[in-house]
Amino acid sequence: MRAFSFWPKGFLQCFLKGDRLTRWLVTLPPSLFLVIFFLLPSLIMVAASFREPGEFGGLAPLAERGLTLEAYRFLAEDIIYLWILAKSFLVAGLTTLFCLLLAFPVALLIARSPKRQRDFLVLLVILPFASNFLIRIYAWIMILGPMNLLYSPVAVILGMVYVHLPFMVLPLYTNLEKHDPALLEAAQDLGAGAWTRFWRITFPLSLPGVFSGAALVFIPVLGMFAVPELLGGTGDILIGNLIKEQFLDNRDWPLGASLSLGLTAAVLGVAALSAVLTRRRTGKLGAGT
Amino acid sequence: MALLELRNITKRFGRLEAVKEVSLAIEAGEFFTLLGPSGCGKTTILRMIAGFDAPDEGELFLDGKPLSGIAPEKRPVHTVFQSYALFPHLTVAGNIAFPLEMIGRPADEILQRVRETLELVHLEDKGSAFPHELSGGQKQRVALARGLVNKPRVLLLDEPLGALDAKLRERMQGELVALQREVGVTFVFVTHAQQEALALSHRIAVMNAGRVEQLDVPEVLYSSPKNRFVADFIGNINVLNCLVAESSPHGLRLNVEGLGEIAAPAHPEIAAGTHGVLALRPEYLRVGPATVQASLKNRFLGTVSEYLFLGDETVYKILLDNGTVLEALVANAAPGRARFHDIGERVQVEWRHDAGVFLLA
Ligand SMILES: Nc1ncnc2c1ncn2[C@@H]1O[C@H](COP(=O)(O)OP(=O)(O)OP(=O)(O)O)[C@@H](O)[C@H]1O
Ligand SMILES: [Mg+2]
Repeated sequence: MRAFSFWPKGFLQCFLKGDRLTRWLVTLPPSLFLVIFFLLPSLIMVAASFREPGEFGGLAPLAERGLTLEAYRFLAEDIIYLWILAKSFLVAGLTTLFCLLLAFPVALLIARSPKRQRDFLVLLVILPFASNFLIRIYAWIMILGPMNLLYSPVAVILGMVYVHLPFMVLPLYTNLEKHDPALLEAAQDLGAGAWTRFWRITFPLSLPGVFSGAALVFIPVLGMFAVPELLGGTGDILIGNLIKEQFLDNRDWPLGASLSLGLTAAVLGVAALSAVLTRRRTGKLGAGT
Repeated sequence: MALLELRNITKRFGRLEAVKEVSLAIEAGEFFTLLGPSGCGKTTILRMIAGFDAPDEGELFLDGKPLSGIAPEKRPVHTVFQSYALFPHLTVAGNIAFPLEMIGRPADEILQRVRETLELVHLEDKGSAFPHELSGGQKQRVALARGLVNKPRVLLLDEPLGALDAKLRERMQGELVALQREVGVTFVFVTHAQQEALALSHRIAVMNAGRVEQLDVPEVLYSSPKNRFVADFIGNINVLNCLVAESSPHGLRLNVEGLGEIAAPAHPEIAAGTHGVLALRPEYLRVGPATVQASLKNRFLGTVSEYLFLGDETVYKILLDNGTVLEALVANAAPGRARFHDIGERVQVEWRHDAGVFLLA
């Protein structure tokens, strides 16, 4: 008796053999999803950035007002936007750095604890996600308020680091856990002290994890507006807040769209850089992570 | 004074005694081997010499100075790990340079010595390759080069040839002996392959369940095993149960059940009436047609029941008339004739009176 199969007979064989039609059928749904929910909105954004704002938000009718470079001209005229973008990069960079400094010991500790405890420790790292994001930020308001740190750049970076720390810990841990402990013994045997073993063996081998963790922290921090809004002062506006303001408060969609495109371009630049760096390392490592 | 000395070393893991009161003295320039079955404590001893584990009892001495409290990175002792443990992110040259960088040699000297060491292990053209680009034998040589490059007092080798196929293994054995002779570094070599141990070592410590059973040069271990374990573990051996009928300065007279009397070499500590075994190496047995006149005292008749043709030699299994089976190793020396005897053929087996060794059961 032939077992019931969800797939038509020979489907898998066709797929594995690279039958054109089947491959098409399999890749179509995800491709469609990406086209509809990523490419299309992005194109709408591009289009919106060349339109004029409507009187009460939204966009003015295309037939009446046509296309314009007004939004870009506006951005180009005021150096403040570039300054805010630079500041956002600085905050994202600092957040990534602090996350790395905090996450490395944690990840190393988890990776070197007994196997049975590791899953539990990883669970502890992601446990904060179980409670609502806003509630956790409000908790920080209550902590920082009495300490007179609220509404300062320090509070913004603290909040950013807090929110993104697990995104750094997890890829680092995944990488560190795979290290062969014999390598450290070999290094020690050949005369390397604890510090040297870390810098000559553990750290270089962990670089792929460092790069993916850095990307997972850096990019979301750039777009984040809730943390600076709730913990930062009025002077601490970042690019994320600026974009959000254009859409929700100023009702200037074209300006918001052009700002957003600028940010996307910057993020893609960073992602490309990270990918190149990672490839260079893993290329050397062969089967590295 | 011995270069490296282990004095009454005992090591426990929980309730398991992995190493029991082991004492060894290893001389400078020696190729010393720890031989024993899996789990007998060989790696544990190496780890204590390297400094990764501390003995529970006893003390280790290098050049007469106690090693306890000296961290592994401070000991002039290097290890070649069974898994090689090459650094995957460094090139072959980078791996070999590592121990030199650790002791802070200047860059041009490092370059020079890395080049010399690569030559020593015949890898001149592989300096810029990464470990994953090498074959098993090449990785093995890089691991050796890395361990030898800054001339440690002792090089520990934990089954370094275990991962290689038979042919390559044989070649590496030859290279290892040549290398050790050339650099003059003391080797402490671990293996569970007795042939490898016999072929390579100056001296061998045969281990069993955490103890050293016998320590001697290969020839003596082979021809005069001290007990059943060593006799069984090293080479093939025939074992005959027997009772000592007479013990005199001229020799032993042994009574083997069903066979009759056998002459064996004198053994001053053995008294008549002792039960034991006579251990006989297969190559000490002479096999010939049953019709030929006997020349030796220890002579028995039997039938060939099985043989194993090895090319240069043949192992015959001979069923003696009393039911005992003996293995005999015979060289196939006659041209134009691959083997001497066939299954079912009547043969006689004989051996010199000093060929066997009497061991307590
Ligand atoms: N870290 C450890 N914890 C507990 N038991 C251990 C540990 N290391 C070794 N043992 C035990 O000690 C005994 C000796 O181990 P060891 O590794 O020295 O054997 P070995 O002679 O090297 O064997 P093999 O030829 O299989 O490598 C074994 O029974 C092993 O299970
Ligand atoms: Mg071992």
